[in-house]
Amino acid sequence: MNQMTEQSYVTEDGRTIGGTLMEMRNISLRFGGVKAITDISFDIREGEIRAIIGPNGAGKSSMLNVISGFYVPQEGEVWFRGEKRPPMRPFEVARQGIARTFQNIALFEGMTVLDNVMTGRLNHMTTGLFSQAIWKGKAEAEELQNREVAEKTIDFLEIQHIRKTPVSRLPYGLKKRVELARALAAQPSLLLLDEPMAGMNVEEKEDMSRFILDVNDEFGTTIALIEHDMGVVMDLSDRVVVMDYGKKIGDGSPDEVRNNQAVIDAYLGVAHD
Amino acid sequence: MPEQVLWGMEVFLNGLMTGVLYALVALGFVLIFKASGIFNFSQGVMALFAALTLVGIMEGQVPFAHMINATFGTSVHDFGWNVPAVGAILLTMGVMVALAWLVNHFIFRHLVGQEPIILFMATIGLAYFLEGFGDIMWGSDIKELDVGLPQGINGTIDEFTYNLFGYGFFIDNLDLWATFVATLLVIALVLFAQYSKHGRAMRAVADDHQAALSVGISLKFIWVMVWSLAGFVALVAGIMWGTKSGVQFSLSLIALKALPVLMLGGFTSIPGAIVGGLIIGVGEKMFEFIVGPMVGGATENWFAYVLALIFLVFRPQGLFGEKIIERV
Repeated sequence: MNQMTEQSYVTEDGRTIGGTLMEMRNISLRFGGVKAITDISFDIREGEIRAIIGPNGAGKSSMLNVISGFYVPQEGEVWFRGEKRPPMRPFEVARQGIARTFQNIALFEGMTVLDNVMTGRLNHMTTGLFSQAIWKGKAEAEELQNREVAEKTIDFLEIQHIRKTPVSRLPYGLKKRVELARALAAQPSLLLLDEPMAGMNVEEKEDMSRFILDVNDEFGTTIALIEHDMGVVMDLSDRVVVMDYGKKIGDGSPDEVRNNQAVIDAYLGVAHD
Repeated sequence: MPEQVLWGMEVFLNGLMTGVLYALVALGFVLIFKASGIFNFSQGVMALFAALTLVGIMEGQVPFAHMINATFGTSVHDFGWNVPAVGAILLTMGVMVALAWLVNHFIFRHLVGQEPIILFMATIGLAYFLEGFGDIMWGSDIKELDVGLPQGINGTIDEFTYNLFGYGFFIDNLDLWATFVATLLVIALVLFAQYSKHGRAMRAVADDHQAALSVGISLKFIWVMVWSLAGFVALVAGIMWGTKSGVQFSLSLIALKALPVLMLGGFTSIPGAIVGGLIIGVGEKMFEFIVGPMVGGATENWFAYVLALIFLVFRPQGLFGEKIIERV
């Protein structure tokens, strides 16, 4: 294994942070001539809440898309569970146990909340097309079993009252929560959240923060999230990566990052030379 | 009861049966449209191709016989064996799945995210290609298809109605079977789409590609599955129509009849396809029966289209279609 694997430790609030789960090594991503990400390395440890922050256009979402396989970087390596990951399509990444949400909410609008959450269970359903088609034995048992997980997730995120509502009828804040439920239902080993608090009012932000902490606490789920609201992130996360103009300008605990001059400059908008 | 009313009832029932056959073709359209947003103009030709392949396999025809003979100066036509119906149907289904894979691999995979009109044009191209390909592969003769479905007047209904009204209704056994099969097919499809894992994945893909990818759904698998399902529906329709009127190239024209059916029922609704099919089937037969004699007949050719046109004016989304409301 690599030198990044450190001893596990216990946080002040009693959660155990384990060894390295995912490691990004020297990732560079370009779109034509535009450099979205330049030579960025960082790691995500098991059980932690890892934030990626930065001003608009810093390349945070690109980074998340690299992790979830939506973008393939020109350079660099992605290591997951101690193994180098070959180039993968997004659905293959999802099948490895990496679930995500989207900045602009990507839900199945025409389907009910329950159906949406059930799609999160697809990777845990193994029966083939044929036995599904004739609906015999295993297929039915499997459906019930996964239904139970979906219902528990729904209870956990307190959206029981809209279980049978088509998603298209829900307000924005609830949609965000349903999307989280769908990702969570997959029981992922790594949960990626792309601006989970974007566009929310203060109350909704508090709710969402609570859910993120609860998920991490209750299930020990490793979470990597993107935000540009500094305040929220600092309270939530164990460690923070700061990006600006596609480069990493800071990495460490919230306190370390807060006192980092480069980070302060980036957020206050000091001229780049 | 006056004779006219009895005849009318008989016509009505036969209209229902014809409607079921229309609905079968329309169903194939709805399926692909719902799952991929593609309006598949080639659905009718797929039914023809399926029927051609089925007959070809059953009669042990050598595929591409004309081409082979013309190129090599040989004279092969038949393998000299007959394949039983059930085996031939399974083999044909295999061919339709292969076709689904090819269609996705060579055409629609490359058109992801394109405008609907471009996808539609691609299916028109596919329709012409398949028609020509079917011709080269199996020849253009009109063939009889007999998979063992009973045909001809249903004695029980004839007798029953004779005893009841003193006039026996003519209901074709094949039509009864078609109704039975279509009902089964629809129930199976709805259950599959609503309650199975793959059905759920199919609806997910139709709704949002990105989100579908993020929960681990392979788009390619689902697309091939959807086209295979459409191929399966085409095969069923091909068997019914082929048995009824022989396997001939004019079969692909029944696809045109599916258009008014869809306009009536709505392009996105499975129940719509059925109800639309029944209305058109009954409508054109009854119209021909009542109005036909006054205008010199042949109203069946245009009635469906005029009805669809009227619908387009007053209810463009169809009976069951989703009304599109643009948020400003």
